[in-house]
Amino acid sequence: MSYPENLRYTKEHEWVRAEGDVGTIGITDHAQKELGDIVYVDLPKVGARIEQGKSLGSVESVKAVSDIYSPVSGEIVEVNESLGQAPEKLNQDPHGSAWLVKVRMSVPDELKQLLSAADYQTYVGAES
Amino acid sequence: MAQSVALKRTPLHAVHVSMGAKMVDFGGWDMPVQYSSLVEEHHAVRKAVGLFDVSHMGEIEVCGPEAVRLVDYVTTNAASRLHIGQAQYSGLLYEHGGFVDDILVHKVADDHFFLCVNAANQEKDFEHIRAANKFDAQVEFSSGRYAQIAVQGPLALRTVERLTPVELGSIGYYWFKDGTVSGVQARIARTGYTGEDGFEIYVAPAEAPRIWNELLEAGRDFGIKPCGLGARNTLRLEAKMALYGHEIHASITPYEADLGWMVKLDKGEFIGRSALAKQKEHGVSRKLVGFEMRGRGIGRDGYEVRLDGLAAGWVTSGSPAPSLNRNIGLCYLPAGEARPGRAIQVMVRNQAVDAETVNTPFYKRAKTA
Repeated sequence: MSYPENLRYTKEHEWVRAEGDVGTIGITDHAQKELGDIVYVDLPKVGARIEQGKSLGSVESVKAVSDIYSPVSGEIVEVNESLGQAPEKLNQDPHGSAWLVKVRMSVPDELKQLLSAADYQTYVGAES
Repeated sequence: MAQSVALKRTPLHAVHVSMGAKMVDFGGWDMPVQYSSLVEEHHAVRKAVGLFDVSHMGEIEVCGPEAVRLVDYVTTNAASRLHIGQAQYSGLLYEHGGFVDDILVHKVADDHFFLCVNAANQEKDFEHIRAANKFDAQVEFSSGRYAQIAVQGPLALRTVERLTPVELGSIGYYWFKDGTVSGVQARIARTGYTGEDGFEIYVAPAEAPRIWNELLEAGRDFGIKPCGLGARNTLRLEAKMALYGHEIHASITPYEADLGWMVKLDKGEFIGRSALAKQKEHGVSRKLVGFEMRGRGIGRDGYEVRLDGLAAGWVTSGSPAPSLNRNIGLCYLPAGEARPGRAIQVMVRNQAVDAETVNTPFYKRAKTA
């Protein structure tokens, strides 16, 4: 699996793609593989405020439940409602159509603290 | 994370790693939790056939003229009623009636019993049995002599029969035969932990990788899948089979765990008998019961269970049930409330989610002729 260059990554296995001041957030391919078959996704509502490093929701697979830690701070502007009916999309396209939420970022400098694709690749290579 | 103690490995460890299985620490053993997808592996076992490495399980042999007396003294079920070639599920208890372990007892000969025990309990079980040996019997810790491969599913028989001259159809459920598989000595038991038909095959560790590969080849046109402990757990939970450390442990008795059928109080003295007799007379205060989630959420191991808003018990195992498309679980409740049809709430991450107690097993395979 190659990790897209245009995403920034956390050590907790989330990613964010910045376009202007809006960041799209998801979980990584490594995360979905670790979780296995995903059955539930719990996400915040539009308008909710999230903070970098804090839980913004959870993903639950057949065998475990796991928090999603926000890579950036800001306000939720859009939620991927399609995951409610089809959480398995997270196993199939975690870096694409199975994004979780879009957030209006309040501290754009937070992006600099996140890992590049190459660094994340090295990190998950070392972790496993 | 730093490992202070090296994880133990089965003879099939290198095979799992080379096949890309996801490995996890399971009670000190580095075991495959899944190969491809837990759900796909689960369905392969329900609809076709799946292959499990269960070599981490322990083996203890009890031999000698009074072997049956020792086995009967340390277990709840009646070993003396077994025929040669027959196996039984049984409990190894403390004097106070709680579980040391749940085990399978196989009668190999009048003076030879073969016990299959849980991986994490094997040393403890061995010490427990040896300490209770006031008979003319020898107790041998023989885990190192066996690898164990479970072949489970409706097409398990047709898979294994390609590798053995043993007439598998003549082995009844919970019976076993010694013979050859892939040309080497094996014990073939018609037992399992999935709720499906199938076999558990005990072989010498050095032979396990070759037999594993030959079984995969033999089952290829049936769609055989290597399966991990993840699928093993969802399969056994649907069939309501107990897991040590969850449904049963040192503070739980067979009556509480709804396993009264494995207790034979009339067989004579055994460790735990007086505590169980007393409990049978007075009744249990808590009992294991199945539940299904009604609200959105999964009740998992350790979650609190409430009755009418008040804490009343705990979940021992819970998971989505891939064969049922429901979220199921087992929990302990006050005995008077542990009946099907009772509305309960499970505390899922600080939220009370509605659930209902139900009849078990959740899944039962269709009987074939």
